[in-house]
Amino acid sequence: MTDLPRKPPAKKLGLVIDLDTCVGCHACAVNCKEWNAGGFAAPLSDTDPYGADPDGVWFNRIHSFETGTGSTGRTVHFPRSCLHCDNALCVTVCPTGASYKREEDGIVLVDEDRCIGCKLCSWACAYGAREYDVSEGVMKKCTLCVDRIYNENIPEAQRVPACVATCPVSARHFGDLADPASEVSRLVAERGGRELMPELGYAPVNRYLPPRAPTSRGESLTPTVTSVESKFLQWVDRLLS
Amino acid sequence: MHPAYSVIFFTTASGAGYGILFLAGVLALVDRLPLSGWFSWPLFVVGLGLVSAGLLSSLLHLGHPERFLKALTQWRSSWLSREGVLAIVGFGPAGLFALGWLFVIDDTRDIGWFMEVLAVATAALSAVTVYATSMIYASLKPIPQWHRRDVSLGYLTLGLATGALLVNALGALTATTTHLVPAIAVAALLVGALVKLSYWNALRRLAPRVTAASAIGAATGTSVRLLDPPHTEPNFLQKEMGYRVARKHADKLRRIALVLGFVVPLAAVLVSFATVGPLTAFLAVVAAVSGVAGIAVERWLFFAEATHTVTLYYGETAV
Amino acid sequence: MRTPSIETSPPVSDQVKETTCYMCACRCGIRVHLKDGQIRYIEGNPDHPVNKGVLCGKGSAGIMKQHSPAKLRKPLKRVGERGKGALVEIEWDEALEIATGWLSEIRRTDPKKLAFFTGRDQSQALTGWWATQFGTLNYAAHGGFCSVNMAAAGLYTMGGSFWEFGEPDWDRTRYFMMFGVAEDHASNPIKIGLGKIKAAGAKFVSVNPVRTGYSAIADDWVGIRPGTDGLFIASLIRELLLADKVDFTYLARYTNAGWLVIQDPGHADDGLIARDSAGRPQCWDLAIGGLGDALDAAARPALVGERRLADGRAAVPVFELLARRFLDDAFAPEAIAETTGVPPATTRRIAAELAHAAFAEEIVIDQPWTDFAGRRHDRMVGRPVSFHAMRGISAHSNGFHTCRSLHVLQALLGSIDCPGGWRYKPPYPKAVPPAVLPTGPAAAPGEPLKGPPLGFPRGPQDLLVDDDGTPQRLDKAFSWDAPLAAHGMMHMVIRNAWAGDPYPIDTLFMFMANMSWNSAMNTTETMAMLTDKDPATGEYRIPHIIYSDAFYSEMVAYADLVLPDTTYLERWDCISLLDRPISEADGPADSIRQPVVAPDRDVRPFQDVLIDIGARLGLPGLVDDGGNARYPGGLRDYMMFHERKPGIGMLAGWRGDGSGQGTGAPNPDQIDRYIANGCFWFDEIPAEARFFRNVNQAYRAYGERMGFLDTAEPVIVQLYSETLQRFRLAAMGHGAKQPPDSERERILTYFDPLPLWYMPFEEARVDRTAFPLHALTQRPMIMYHSWDSQNAWQRQILGSNRLYMARALAEKLGVADDGWVWVHSHHGRIRVQVRLMDGVNPDTVWTWNAIGKRRGTWGLDADAHEATQGFLLNHLISDVLPDDAHANADPVTGQAAWFDLRVRIEKASDAEARESWPQFEPLPGTEVRASVPAVLKYGAGFRKAS
Ligand SMILES: Nc1nc2c(c(=O)[nH]1)N[C@H]1C(S)=C(S)[C@@H](COP(=O)(O)OP(=O)(O)OC[C@H]3O[C@@H](n4cnc5c(=O)[nH]c(N)nc54)[C@H](O)[C@@H]3O)O[C@H]1N2
Ligand SMILES: Nc1nc2c(c(=O)[nH]1)N[C@H]1C(S)=C(S)[C@@H](COP(=O)(O)OP(=O)(O)OC[C@H]3O[C@@H](n4cnc5c(=O)[nH]c(N)nc54)[C@H](O)[C@@H]3O)O[C@H]1N2
Ligand code: SF4
Ligand code: SF4
Ligand code: SF4
Ligand code: SF4
Ligand code: SF4
Ligand SMILES: [Mo]
Repeated sequence: MTDLPRKPPAKKLGLVIDLDTCVGCHACAVNCKEWNAGGFAAPLSDTDPYGADPDGVWFNRIHSFETGTGSTGRTVHFPRSCLHCDNALCVTVCPTGASYKREEDGIVLVDEDRCIGCKLCSWACAYGAREYDVSEGVMKKCTLCVDRIYNENIPEAQRVPACVATCPVSARHFGDLADPASEVSRLVAERGGRELMPELGYAPVNRYLPPRAPTSRGESLTPTVTSVESKFLQWVDRLLS
Repeated sequence: MHPAYSVIFFTTASGAGYGILFLAGVLALVDRLPLSGWFSWPLFVVGLGLVSAGLLSSLLHLGHPERFLKALTQWRSSWLSREGVLAIVGFGPAGLFALGWLFVIDDTRDIGWFMEVLAVATAALSAVTVYATSMIYASLKPIPQWHRRDVSLGYLTLGLATGALLVNALGALTATTTHLVPAIAVAALLVGALVKLSYWNALRRLAPRVTAASAIGAATGTSVRLLDPPHTEPNFLQKEMGYRVARKHADKLRRIALVLGFVVPLAAVLVSFATVGPLTAFLAVVAAVSGVAGIAVERWLFFAEATHTVTLYYGETAV
Repeated sequence: MRTPSIETSPPVSDQVKETTCYMCACRCGIRVHLKDGQIRYIEGNPDHPVNKGVLCGKGSAGIMKQHSPAKLRKPLKRVGERGKGALVEIEWDEALEIATGWLSEIRRTDPKKLAFFTGRDQSQALTGWWATQFGTLNYAAHGGFCSVNMAAAGLYTMGGSFWEFGEPDWDRTRYFMMFGVAEDHASNPIKIGLGKIKAAGAKFVSVNPVRTGYSAIADDWVGIRPGTDGLFIASLIRELLLADKVDFTYLARYTNAGWLVIQDPGHADDGLIARDSAGRPQCWDLAIGGLGDALDAAARPALVGERRLADGRAAVPVFELLARRFLDDAFAPEAIAETTGVPPATTRRIAAELAHAAFAEEIVIDQPWTDFAGRRHDRMVGRPVSFHAMRGISAHSNGFHTCRSLHVLQALLGSIDCPGGWRYKPPYPKAVPPAVLPTGPAAAPGEPLKGPPLGFPRGPQDLLVDDDGTPQRLDKAFSWDAPLAAHGMMHMVIRNAWAGDPYPIDTLFMFMANMSWNSAMNTTETMAMLTDKDPATGEYRIPHIIYSDAFYSEMVAYADLVLPDTTYLERWDCISLLDRPISEADGPADSIRQPVVAPDRDVRPFQDVLIDIGARLGLPGLVDDGGNARYPGGLRDYMMFHERKPGIGMLAGWRGDGSGQGTGAPNPDQIDRYIANGCFWFDEIPAEARFFRNVNQAYRAYGERMGFLDTAEPVIVQLYSETLQRFRLAAMGHGAKQPPDSERERILTYFDPLPLWYMPFEEARVDRTAFPLHALTQRPMIMYHSWDSQNAWQRQILGSNRLYMARALAEKLGVADDGWVWVHSHHGRIRVQVRLMDGVNPDTVWTWNAIGKRRGTWGLDADAHEATQGFLLNHLISDVLPDDAHANADPVTGQAAWFDLRVRIEKASDAEARESWPQFEPLPGTEVRASVPAVLKYGAGFRKAS
């Protein structure tokens, strides 16, 4: 089943992340860790947790970049997780069929019981979205919170990925990118949502909204006088009349 | 990419092993495979041994080796799966061929149609398996140094070359050499050297395809610098794919690989054409040892010089 | 191809408990999911007014705090030398006997010999009251080194302030300016607000030397040079005045711009407000062409022009003085450009944008309202420019005046508590200043204080000094050193206690403050003072130290008695309106914490212990007439039954029979009502009372009902501060209480009734060529002070810190990323690793705050990078000024001037490039921590379970 769905999935669930509003707070990363530590891919092991080289399984990691220079310079916080590619090489290279893309919604998952831990999928992912759990010997990754978004035990309104629900600035949006009418598709259209590394042809589903160019508003002020004293004289007339 | 010794050993060993089996098959077909047990016993033991050792070492480095059978299921899309299937299937004809040769055949001129079929199958499957191995790497788009045609060519020729050098040494030691084997070795080495030199040249001139700007969705041409990695200590990705070999260091290793892997064996084998007896054996052994060592170094470079697009998220500006 | 069927509807948990997060002081509402008694998941409470369902990175890591190996397990008693960490576990009975032993003796002899100081806690309503009952004036929380400049400047100007006491109208503002904020207490609310601003396409300007976090998403980043915001703001004000882009009507009605200031040099009332016999402020009323009541509805106060008072003396309106101050050419955009590093064009553009947003983008809410003077307005007109500022301007020695300038700017734009502007959070606005005075020593041992220890002096008469000027408080708050130290001066407590200046104490009792590490200035000497002995007696100079912590922090080793606290998920807590409120602009709110998991250790909630100790001491209010404990149920009882004044208690919701809001008799069901409501209470203010609350009649009525008001008068914005002038007059030789001659000059200069700018003290006093750079710290969004290095998840994200500097500077020094350098200040030096960046002011270096840890603390391995690579800037920061004994603080409020630090940087030799320096003797915390796994697999159990 490591072949990709023959016809592209009817639904393409994914994330749209707004780089213009992401403040790099890591809330989505930790909340993701917290939800998934006990969820579909549990546990998300942490090695040497209190030592000199702590390392762990995280499905979502926040990088900080500086782009441009001078007046166009900008600090960009960049959350990175699985993009649930339509053309997912991580799936096709998998020898066991553990790595697969769901037909119904396009979510890319790992079936841990089939995984032999060969790590080839992590080499095949251009985006570094595969997370190898050394102590479990299997590959893990962002599940798009498949155990939340359809979960009848969760109030309808909260059936979104943990990272989306928790983002304090609402920089993360979840929805069906195959549906042009969806909120996420609208955002992508309006804000020129970007595909990452298009040249590699993975056809990722997730999109990133680029930072907006700053706008200046208001015409420059024109002092009504030139000297301070004349200002007072002017006020005497203007304010006392 | 991190040059893990397991993969280096696996690819070099199984490459050489399949080279030997391939030659065994071919030589048998053209009546040039010596019958002497002194020659053929070690030949098949070493050939099949190297192949098994290689497979075993890669198997042991899996997170769940006990599930290896599952890895045979996805041959429709996965080169790794195909390699596994071919390797296992390959043991059949190769094994029977070895048994036949060691216990049944008594006349090289007429080995019978059944043995001929086995010889063909052994040679063919060996070649295809090595090709499959090479395609595991060549199919990885995120690694420009691997995602190329000449990668397979390299694996095939170098597998054959190392195999030939080993067979040649064996022949020389057991005084059963024909001129054909060293000739094949020389040819394979020459082609291999050409492939490798052009590959290394290509890497030098390799124009980066993907930039950090493209990796984070910034407008093309925007300069992008990493300010902070997501975590303070390196993670699995950085340890696995963040490996960087200094250009100076790489150049030195290329020279070493070239000398050990090609120049020395070529020289030794060519000279050995003019020699006889122990000296020939000595030269053949030198050629084999040096060749295998050189190819191991070449393999180390193959990994160390490979860069992965994920490094764009950790400070690289273009890959 | 087949898709394996997977369980997409697993039960999340078998139990959900709502409570309040305390991974930081923002106090968001959380839902804790429990599965087989273990915490499965913590999420934000969607109904909660503070966080509306979101949860930050710290809050999301709560599970790992609950499982921290650094948790203290039992009371500890020091057995060896202080500071070595030689502690033995003892029973609670013994611990409480020791504590009550020391404390009862102090209370019997000299109560002020107990210094009770608290840090990160949010229970000052209880701790402050406890100190009052005990009878010691030596009480304060951490506000003095935190952001008292911000609080005081606002409270002395408009009866409210930034910090947690107000917020921008996130939904309506069109232009938002943020000064010196990295994270702030309102972590989630600010982020939620910024999200709204972005969604609405409003403009966001961040003034900050560093372009990270919030500043990273600003539409406009002004990389100002530290300590110069006052100049920048003054220049904006000047531009607005010159272009008449100020709201004259607002100024005349709701500020003291039209009040007449007596011009009578040399006399005791020079510079005070001219008042009539009834004490009402006078203006020159253009309506009648003569003197009039400035607060009268009919009055049209003149804003300029010198006038004659009834007694013939000269007087000028406040506005004229203000305008003369700010129109000074020294504040011209060109004139400030070099000092501030802000290009003139930028200053001009921002001034123009402010004016445009305020006056051209004016917004209107169709809601009639009536102001204090009875003027009926048929709509609420908003000037949608809003501001927020925090420690970036307040943690400088010129911070008080800079904050005041900012409030003056708000007032000039007529944008205070208006739609789209900055808004008060109830119970604010309060009187200017709030009607609480600091209280002096108790009349006699055993007596409670007559009032709360902390307050807001209105003049020299309210200072806590003896006739010879000697400070009465240990920290010298409310003395001539820092007259308006409204939050106390915790940063001076250890030094003064050690020096016995103004007097020696017996017991230093601290709660939730890592005072031997990241919350101390001059760290190295502070540790020495804590362990220093008097050679004569061989006794410690600070005889007893009691400390309550929940974790093995750097401070634990310096206590003689350690009272181990619970975690925030294991106890009751009260987030009271009497403390730092969690209110929203639209209405007051308070909340509680309820235990959601049981402690697995022999620990007790500190507040229960404090109430217990109080009862054992027989403190008034804590025992009944029979001498029995009044709150046997600890804090839970206290929350419900304690009354500050009749009808006013810790919690404002569901009082009396349950219908009482704000005021009402104690209600035994109150806690249950809170729990049923998600552990919080929120009351939405009526529409008519929701804006202009300092002068809105409807709000005055509402506030009256709620018990929020501390004055019957309207809260008029004080552009000109009469209070400050009173101190000045004292310095000029008027009045009974006058500063010692040594302090006169200081008071004269810094108690200017109008905002002014001066160079921060350290910069002014050190050789600026020897120390050419500013050095700052920032709050990392993912870490709360020193708390979180113990957290297995958070420490992966930020496990060690670097010193960030401009690329150009690094190239000059010849260092690359991760290269090692020495950083020198006038006070000390540290060795650290650098990181290069572009988005930083060229004269500034900075690092993340409180990441560096001492070896052997916080449940970490001895080689953890927090200790080997991490570092504190605190080692470089002196607690006193370079060339005199004054605190390294603001001269008005005593606010610690953390960000005045100046440094020089040199490349470290290769031999030194190994480890951060200084390294202190490791503490034995690693040996005594709970066992830690080599691999942490939290959650594995849940998967099997489901
Ligand atoms: N260089 C530099 N230094 C600074 C600052 C700066 O900007 N730069 N900022 C200053 C400011 S504003 C502040 S407020 C201070 C903050 O400094 P502190 O007020 O000292 O805050 P922390 O050190 O974070 O926490 C104090 C202690 O609280 C303990 N604690 C945590 N949870 C609990 C609990 O539930 N119960 C009990 N009993 N204890 C608990 C922790 O273990 C820790 O030891 O730092 C100041 N220091
Ligand atoms: N995540 C997290 N949140 C916290 C805390 C925490 O430790 N972690 N601590 C809490 C506490 S106790 C407090 S007091 C608040 C403090 O909240 P903040 O006020 O945000 O405190 P700092 O992080 O010190 O941020 C100071 C900011 O001012 C900038 N700055 C420094 N000097 C100047 C200057 O001269 N001018 C200008 N314009 N900017 C300047 C610095 O670059 C920095 O961005 O945060 C609270 N919230
Ligand atoms: S939670 Fe939101 S703002 Fe914070 S890092 Fe994630 S995406 Fe960015
Ligand atoms: S991002 Fe990587 S892991 Fe995710 S689908 Fe694409 S290739 Fe696979
Ligand atoms: S690691 Fe697991 S999922 Fe990845 S390719 Fe190997 S078997 Fe497939
Ligand atoms: S979708 Fe779920 S799994 Fe994926 S990053 Fe967000 S929280 Fe993590
Ligand atoms: S902001 Fe503070 S209180 Fe709110 S969730 Fe984060 S840590 Fe908890
Ligand atoms: Mo603070």
